[in-house]
Amino acid sequence: MLTQKEISDFAQEVPQAAAPVISASGLDLTFQTGDGPVQALKDVSLEIDKGDFVSFIGPSGCGKTTFLRVIAGLEHPTGGAISVNGMSPDEARRSRAYGYVFQAAGLYPWRTIAGNIKLPLEIMGFSKAEQAERVEKVLQLVDLAGFGKKFPWQLSGGMQQRASIARALAFDADILLMDEPFGALDEIVRDHLNEQLLALWARTEKTIGFVTHSIPEAVYLSTKIVVMSPRPGRITDVIESPLPKERPLDIRDTPEFLEVAHRVREGLRAGHAYDD
Amino acid sequence: MKSIFPVLTVVAAILALWYAAAVWMNATWTYDQAARAEVELSLGEVVKDTLNQERPKLPAPHQVAAELWKTTAEKKITSKRSLIYHGWITLSATLLGFAIGTGAGILLAVGIVHNRAMDMSVMPWAIASQTIPILAIAPMIIVVLNSIGVQGLLPKAIISAYLSFFPVVVGMVKGLRSPDAMQLDLLKTYNASGSQTFWKLRLPASMPYLFASLKVGVAASLVGAIVGELPTGAVRGLGARLLAGSYYGQTVQIWSALIGAAVLAALLVGTIGLVQRVTLKRMGMVR
Repeated sequence: MLTQKEISDFAQEVPQAAAPVISASGLDLTFQTGDGPVQALKDVSLEIDKGDFVSFIGPSGCGKTTFLRVIAGLEHPTGGAISVNGMSPDEARRSRAYGYVFQAAGLYPWRTIAGNIKLPLEIMGFSKAEQAERVEKVLQLVDLAGFGKKFPWQLSGGMQQRASIARALAFDADILLMDEPFGALDEIVRDHLNEQLLALWARTEKTIGFVTHSIPEAVYLSTKIVVMSPRPGRITDVIESPLPKERPLDIRDTPEFLEVAHRVREGLRAGHAYDD
Repeated sequence: MKSIFPVLTVVAAILALWYAAAVWMNATWTYDQAARAEVELSLGEVVKDTLNQERPKLPAPHQVAAELWKTTAEKKITSKRSLIYHGWITLSATLLGFAIGTGAGILLAVGIVHNRAMDMSVMPWAIASQTIPILAIAPMIIVVLNSIGVQGLLPKAIISAYLSFFPVVVGMVKGLRSPDAMQLDLLKTYNASGSQTFWKLRLPASMPYLFASLKVGVAASLVGAIVGELPTGAVRGLGARLLAGSYYGQTVQIWSALIGAAVLAALLVGTIGLVQRVTLKRMGMVR
């Protein structure tokens, strides 16, 4: 018969399974529009663990951006529960738990690249010396070292988006939320940035939520793929990717990759993404 | 200065039209005088006379230029007949009124953007205030302020401020509201306070709008200062020179004061344009 003390000692030796970083259950979100209520999210349940790279894929209007915004505390669900880092999304937002990357780079034209990356650091009250140090570090991470003094209009679209990612990484948030960040860029730049993003993820070990329209991009980047479908927005399938963590670009031609992509396509079809 | 040739061409065209109009408008007087003296005049003599009258209906450009030279370069600056002296009186009221109007305009705009109550209540009053003809209100303002002992520069400055605050309010409200939803969401993700959003996003984004409004505002401010000098028989300032010229039939004096005011307006707007270019260049918004 074990004593109480022996049980608690034993419990302390066994490492607890890490609590999920983002946990949603039964999430509902209905927008009240002029034409009547629109159900953007219905009964969405998902768990994202620390260090996951989760892609959200689906046709327009399936609620993937809305879900990301709920995690970010920019939209409020009308039903269900969601917790980020063990807190409500609003509290997580206030404690600056994540960096958000939008579809457009959204850099201020009146600040240099370094000045733009300093924006969150200034707001969060880092010292001048620390700001300069973090800017240098993060410019190295996204391969933009030496471009700090340039203005955004002097950079190409891909470089501006890299600067935007650098800005989201500057304050060391554990979570990175990206809403179709490469959507406006061409295929070749996209491939390049996908590789860089994976390398960045491997180096920094952040938890990343990534919304995309592109099936190859979703399969290439993620450890977990969430397939969503519209009307009402819901999760059709959650695929745990069997692909190894180290992925060269050539992996996109392997049969395993194509199998996962096929599964994603099946999920989209099941959610009537290909219907009219 | 690639644009100097077109500018000179337009100036030459205006001068030609001006001379032609002067001959045409002053000819009636010339013919009347000739008829009284029972003398026949050739066309050349008519033209020469119309361009050199003492009290012409429309002074010729060289007459205005001569008067301008006489009242600026040939008079001491402190003399009461110097156009520079009068110009400075008007300019000081303009600048003070412009400063007050711009300051008030910016404060009102900040209030309108950040406070719902102000947003709904201030704009209608601001618009209504501008529909009252300034020529009607200026004497009232001056008389009221004189009766409580405020004289000289300040009443004119208040009329200038009255005319120049409106473009600044309109422009700044638009400018402060120019950042889009994505920019505001970005600052929300940083949990930025309202004041941080204002100083880091809204204010820099509104700079181009502010300068456009300032150019309109400074011209309106000059008009306000001149209008402020008209009603109460003022003796100093460009408006006063205009008034005195019209009382005594000195059309050349009127025109020289007009040209003086135009030059002043061009200088003011040009200065703001210069400040705009320098500021926006430093902010990286000029390519």
